[in-house]
Amino acid sequence: MSTLENTVYSRNKIHPQKFALLVSCASVVMLFAALTSAYVVRQAAGNWLEFPMPVLFLYSTLTLIASSFTLHFSYKGFLAGNVKLYKYLLLLTFVLGILFIYLQYKGWMALVALGVELGTNPSGSFLYVLSGLHAAHILGGLAAVFVAILHAFILPFEVSAKRKLRFEMTQIYWHFVDVLWIYLIVFLWLQQQS
Amino acid sequence: MANVLTAAPHSEEDVLIEQMGYDDHFHEHHDGDKFQSNFITTYIFSQDHKMIAKQFLITGMFWGVIGGLMSLVFRLQLGFPEESMAWLKPVLGKWIEINAETGMGALSPDFYYALVTMHGTILVFFVLTAGLSGTFSNLLIPLQLGARDMASPLLNMMSYWFFFLAGLIMFISLFLNTGPFSGGWTAYPPLSALPQASTGSGAGMTLWLISLVFFVVSVLLGGINYITTVLNLRTKGMNMWRMPLTIWAFFVTAILGLLSFPVLASAFFLVMCDRGLGTSFFLNEIFIGGQALDHVGGSPVLYQHLFWFLGHPEVYIIILPAMGIVSEVLAVHSRKPVFGYKAMVFSILAIGFLSFIVWAHHMFMSGVNPFISNFFVVFTLIIAVPSAVKVFNWIATLFGGNIRFTAASLFGIGFVSMFISGGLTGIFLGNSAIDIQMHDTYFVVAHFHIVMGVAAFFGMFAGVYHWFPKMYGRFMNETLGKLHFWGTMVGAYLIFWPMHYIGMAGVPRRYYRFDTFQSFSQFDDMNKFITIAAIITFGFQMILIINFFYSIWYGKKVTEKNPWGATTLEWTTEVDPGHGNWAGKLPVVHRWAYDYAKDGQEFISQITPLKEGESETH
Repeated sequence: MSTLENTVYSRNKIHPQKFALLVSCASVVMLFAALTSAYVVRQAAGNWLEFPMPVLFLYSTLTLIASSFTLHFSYKGFLAGNVKLYKYLLLLTFVLGILFIYLQYKGWMALVALGVELGTNPSGSFLYVLSGLHAAHILGGLAAVFVAILHAFILPFEVSAKRKLRFEMTQIYWHFVDVLWIYLIVFLWLQQQS
Repeated sequence: MANVLTAAPHSEEDVLIEQMGYDDHFHEHHDGDKFQSNFITTYIFSQDHKMIAKQFLITGMFWGVIGGLMSLVFRLQLGFPEESMAWLKPVLGKWIEINAETGMGALSPDFYYALVTMHGTILVFFVLTAGLSGTFSNLLIPLQLGARDMASPLLNMMSYWFFFLAGLIMFISLFLNTGPFSGGWTAYPPLSALPQASTGSGAGMTLWLISLVFFVVSVLLGGINYITTVLNLRTKGMNMWRMPLTIWAFFVTAILGLLSFPVLASAFFLVMCDRGLGTSFFLNEIFIGGQALDHVGGSPVLYQHLFWFLGHPEVYIIILPAMGIVSEVLAVHSRKPVFGYKAMVFSILAIGFLSFIVWAHHMFMSGVNPFISNFFVVFTLIIAVPSAVKVFNWIATLFGGNIRFTAASLFGIGFVSMFISGGLTGIFLGNSAIDIQMHDTYFVVAHFHIVMGVAAFFGMFAGVYHWFPKMYGRFMNETLGKLHFWGTMVGAYLIFWPMHYIGMAGVPRRYYRFDTFQSFSQFDDMNKFITIAAIITFGFQMILIINFFYSIWYGKKVTEKNPWGATTLEWTTEVDPGHGNWAGKLPVVHRWAYDYAKDGQEFISQITPLKEGESETH
């Protein structure tokens, strides 16, 4: 169906689909930029409840960073023809992603236990909205990793241009949502210090 | 699609493409020449950019008629508040309230606001965003860049169908028992964030939000595609400085959409949380029926910031494609190179950049700090500079040209007129001091309708008349086109020019009726006049609709590839370009898009190589 799938793009420095992914990442950046700037504006207006951040968010951050590394080395394994490394690190990435969502959920529960519910105060609402929207983006990434796992375990192993492109795009998106979370957690932490 | 295989080279351009063209091996693939499509994949779930462009255009026309008819209903209310509207009862049902004693039918005030809201939402988003940029970006980006199709035809198809879904949901909301959303197209809280705030704030607002979220998805999918295609899929030789101004305009438009629509999505997300999850982002202490609500500490002005961070780029998302189309149409029909090509490109870029840092000029009277307003005043007025550069260049393009007064070029010239008239009043409103007097009056209504409503429509009409031969292989009727032009040109000024005066006299916008205010009674006749002008001007749009659909099947057939004698690549394809746009190789570009009246030739196509000693400088 796709007219362009098979067209030669050798004269392009970057594959159009990969470029399109980067462009869509830019729009996700604007989504979160809008929310974090709204956070700053709203915080300056007062009536802002201060609360300590659950330590669980630190653990989830570390989990997510670890998953980026496992995905990276899975890709290295894929390129080097190390099928075992490729397959199992991909699985591990998926598991770490699920663990991240679980830890976020536990973090939200810890906040509720503190008395910070969704509607209590905009300071808490913003945290839920930011981390919730981010979790939705992680779920999208998990879907992509899941497809990559299916490719790894079902399709015969080969390092073709198409497989490479797919893997690279999965990787770009996963690293992107990882960096996005690091931005958010650092932002939230800095805002709570100020 | 048969002609793709059999057409023998017969024109100079065919020979050039055959000899110099770039072979991308497209025709050797199973989805190249042997590409098969059935009725559904050709006309409904099409991935062909040309068909998607037509889908956007016709859906936009549908919404244009609906939105226009809505404005006539509320104009009737404003112009003739004393007349009975009972005759609309069969259409509007319970929204026409019949007085049992006198038998007078009156438009329900709730529905008046619903109509105004829907008119704004439909025209801004569905007609002038999707119908204008969606149509022409889709049609022209691949054709003018020498690409087989968009970077991702699948996402392109999804972009249309998300738009369709958004439209469908909005359409359903028109038939709700409580009516569609009625809090204005800007959907300010608390009317948007409290379901119990007004009749339309409940189910109507829920559907409005869902519809617009789908619309944002549509714009993003489209925008990602346009940007990627422009940057990655240009044919050989088509460097950025050889792109037609249409493509520059669509490209910057797509970037604006991509960066501003997510901000709108985030605002909508927070509104949804306020509506459904009990948060207080935008809701402050509010009493309803003497009862205090739970919401505490929200800021409605925060919503306005988020909304206008989209809202202001949005008006350039609407006007930039029109500007690009007009630049191209004026150059082709005045048989002259566009004046100051690079200045045009830089002013598009400057307008695009400035559009992101002027949003608070919509909020001078919202209680923002007057010192912050100064910043926004300065940048708002700076937009006059690139806008003036563009106006000067359009006029200089026309000056001394061998102008062909076709329907397309008339609408192009009309666009310049409208853009000047509407732009000048923008300088008034951009000053926060003058805005104290002018804000929320009919002066604002007149300003934005002329500069981004009528002007954008003129750009769209110019594009429709100019590229109709490319879309359908037939011409539209020129006589009807010129009739349409003069009716619209005169009519639009008759509607909106008087509004400036009543606005300066302080008549506020958004009022349901004025006859209870003694001070405004002097404008009763003017309001009647505006309403009559609106009805007649709307009638002239029917000429376009009839002409458009009649010409699809019965218009004069296009016999030559390049009926306008234009330089750009879309006119080097077959009259009815098939799948993949070019029959053989892709054309290779050797010169910029505006070689008109050069070296004694009327025009030189972009695919013609430079002659020996000829310089490409422009």
